[in-house]
Amino acid sequence: MSNNSLVSISDYSKEEILAILDSAASFEANPNRKTLEGKVIATLFFEPSTRTRLSFETAVIRQGGSVIGFSDAATSSSSKGETLNDTIHMVSCYADAIVMRHPLEGAARYAAEVSPVPIVNAGDGANQHPSQTLLDLYSIMKTQGTLENQTICLVGDLKYGRTVHSLIMAMSHFHPTFKFIAPDELKMPDEYKVFCHKNNIPFTEVSELTDNFNDADILYMTRVQKERFQDLMEYEQVKNVYTLKNAMLENTKPNLRILHPLPRVTEIDPDVDVNEKAYYFRQAQNGLYVRQAIISKVLNLC
Amino acid sequence: MSTKELKVAALRNGTVIDHIPADKLYKVVSILHLDTCEHQITIGNNLDSAKVGKKGIIKISDRAFKEDETNKIALIAPNAKINIIRDFAVVEKRPLCLPEEIREIVQCANPNCITNHQPVTTRFHVLNNDGEIMLKCHYCEREVRRDEAKIK
Repeated sequence: MSNNSLVSISDYSKEEILAILDSAASFEANPNRKTLEGKVIATLFFEPSTRTRLSFETAVIRQGGSVIGFSDAATSSSSKGETLNDTIHMVSCYADAIVMRHPLEGAARYAAEVSPVPIVNAGDGANQHPSQTLLDLYSIMKTQGTLENQTICLVGDLKYGRTVHSLIMAMSHFHPTFKFIAPDELKMPDEYKVFCHKNNIPFTEVSELTDNFNDADILYMTRVQKERFQDLMEYEQVKNVYTLKNAMLENTKPNLRILHPLPRVTEIDPDVDVNEKAYYFRQAQNGLYVRQAIISKVLNLC
Repeated sequence: MSTKELKVAALRNGTVIDHIPADKLYKVVSILHLDTCEHQITIGNNLDSAKVGKKGIIKISDRAFKEDETNKIALIAPNAKINIIRDFAVVEKRPLCLPEEIREIVQCANPNCITNHQPVTTRFHVLNNDGEIMLKCHYCEREVRRDEAKIK
């Protein structure tokens, strides 16, 4: 096993997280650095995720590396019944590192155990997606100047949303205050509330969006997915209540920034896009620099 | 030892696992791989027990189980008693304790976990959550309560 793999955000200490963010800042200042010249990075996407794949592949190409891989399991030998173990061993004969997206939870941890080259988890089912978490942290750092003592409102699907769960874990190093804003059906699971209690992280829970984020530094929106609801009537009600509109931002703090892992559907009205507090597209761009930093770290280049 | 207790033949050398809940006996057999063990084995089940109602007992001749082997059954039969026998005498009474990590014997409850789809040996970390024992899947990171754990 290669110890350099990044499977879960909890694999990184506070110092490692901060070092990645520093490195990402230097990539932002100068993204075209040929540090991966002669290196081959595999992007194995056992389920499609165009946004994440393009971001990783751009990160490699901007550093002068080359990319091999597939974007859909249907075009890989796993469709012929090859085990993940065999695919990883085969690809590691060719590539210096493997970026992997897989629909099954735990696939990345398993791949990291059997792989002779580092694995970067680009999402394993509903479990972990650490590059998303690191780009969220980078966006908070960049817009607020620090990660310390932030008041962060998490909104939407807090039950199944892996990005919000990982964000709680990662922010636990930096004395945050959380507000969980979610409909009853999609409330934050107990294990994360227990985690907050254990780590002395104050949090409150409400089910109304309007007027509940005026003290926030970060408003982290997530997509409320239709398939999470058994009763579609309830979905329609929730969907309308959980739409952020520009007018709702009137009394918010000047330093507030709105984040969203994207893609968004109806949870942020397009009229918010012109507000300077809307940060979600820049956030996606930050993903490139953070992924450059991650690939460099797993290959011991920084 | 009085004769009326000897419902199952006495053992000269080996291991006695006593006070197994009757409904867990065959799980214990499977966890310890006794189905492929070549030593003499005596199995008794549904014996009367003041402690657990109906109990099972297993006697394995000429084999002293190591602690990490017997601890595997702590998950399903935490109150079972392990006695190591030499020359008809108990030379060690061993309490069971849950290991920090449980391999192989538990199946992950998450249907979307890699271990339920590929030939992966399961691994669970044993956590103590304010007195409640939880098992956390090493792979998919989901936690289940000890009594919800599915034994393979």
